[in-house]
Amino acid sequence: MGKRDYSLFGADAKQAVESGLTAAEWYHSDLPRKTMKDLMARGDSPAIRDTLLLYGLMIAFAATGTALWPTWWSVPFWLAYGVLYGSASDSRWHECSHGTAFRTPWMNNAVYEIASFMIMRNSATWCWSHARHHSETYIVGRDPEIAVMRPPEMTKLMLNFFGIIDVIRFFPTLIQNALAGPTAAERTFVPQSEWAKVRRVAQVHLAIYAATLVLAVWAGSILPLMVIGLPRIYGAWHHVMTGLLQHGGLADNVIDHRLNSRTVLMNPVSRFIYWNMNYHVEHHMFPMVPYHALPRLHEAIKADLPAPNRSIAGAFREMWPALRRQLTYEDYFVKRDLPATAKPYREDFHQYVPGMTAPKAAE
Amino acid sequence: MPWTDACATGDIDAEDLIRFDRGGATYAIYHGADGKFYATAGLCTHENVHLCDGLVLDFMIECPKHNGQFDYRTGEAKRAPVCVNLKTFPVKVEDNRVLIEVP
Ligand code: FES
Repeated sequence: MGKRDYSLFGADAKQAVESGLTAAEWYHSDLPRKTMKDLMARGDSPAIRDTLLLYGLMIAFAATGTALWPTWWSVPFWLAYGVLYGSASDSRWHECSHGTAFRTPWMNNAVYEIASFMIMRNSATWCWSHARHHSETYIVGRDPEIAVMRPPEMTKLMLNFFGIIDVIRFFPTLIQNALAGPTAAERTFVPQSEWAKVRRVAQVHLAIYAATLVLAVWAGSILPLMVIGLPRIYGAWHHVMTGLLQHGGLADNVIDHRLNSRTVLMNPVSRFIYWNMNYHVEHHMFPMVPYHALPRLHEAIKADLPAPNRSIAGAFREMWPALRRQLTYEDYFVKRDLPATAKPYREDFHQYVPGMTAPKAAE
Repeated sequence: MPWTDACATGDIDAEDLIRFDRGGATYAIYHGADGKFYATAGLCTHENVHLCDGLVLDFMIECPKHNGQFDYRTGEAKRAPVCVNLKTFPVKVEDNRVLIEVP
């Protein structure tokens, strides 16, 4: 296929539209309507419980970290606070942007706004980019949320474990959004009716960061920044670790989430931080199913999916060699085997992907 | 516009919907939270996805693709990413049959 062009205005974007890839119908496992309705059912209780636990822990960790500041004894509390701020906010942002976490809309919206602030995303921009990510998952030039491009930029990936690249990119965009609304690239997926909102949200975020900075300078201490802002750096590692596994090393330009997404079984702490997004094939196939029902959805359709990776370490063992191979051979990807009970991959759907008809799957 | 016999009242569970195709067009017929029946265009105005696989929540239909929501009584777009309202059609029930007035 040659060099991939990830620009939303580039040659691959044009080719994806012209080839019909962007309008194609995606594969779905079959489930009876009654089972689906049961899985899609909404409620407030699981998310209220998890949100109280999350915010309660954050307050406790930040208060203890502050009380022990500036001694080394405060470090474990900041590390724990950081992961909840800089990583759990990613999954809360994600689930609430789908509107599936709570049944009550204002609860979704409130948690979404708070999470968007913490994860440094403009709440009025990113729900649109995420809609595109779901319509055109890992379609080169169309999906604005491709975390691992080919060839993978390993240094950037490593730096992002500390949020470095994200944060460096965030502030210029924030200032641009606050002054003039969405950037040119953002305008390709944010409708014009929302541009003023993008600007307003950016102004609020900017004001909070400015106030925190002023407080830190006035107090002559970085403590205020340990609570607001810096945890996006020192606590980002968990969401980057889990986020890379979502699609890393798998196919692009396909219309079957079994080929481009990865389900990984995880420990309960990671699942709390990640709000069950480890069931990623299931989530992409059925975004209507709330996070708390994803384990049940997994059980319902697992006979039609590739076997999940058994652990985070196991998933990295599958992904990392694939990324390294993509450094020299961009078209390489891992094609997982389906169980005998599954409907086969439709090869004719995926002619666009080099290697799909003669797969170069990882051994 | 003529009235078209779409289905029996018992064909749609309470707070659910079905797809109904006719003359090259596709519609969604709802058994609402108030026990009444409603009809809208069958495709989401965001990306032409069939709403019949979506979820009825009180008086909302949530699209299965990106969770956009419409009020199926009025067709009003209620939750991003849907911005354009859904077309609605008159419905009546006669002898346990659901009739919709469509072109
Ligand atoms: S297709 Fe319906 S919300 Fe996007």
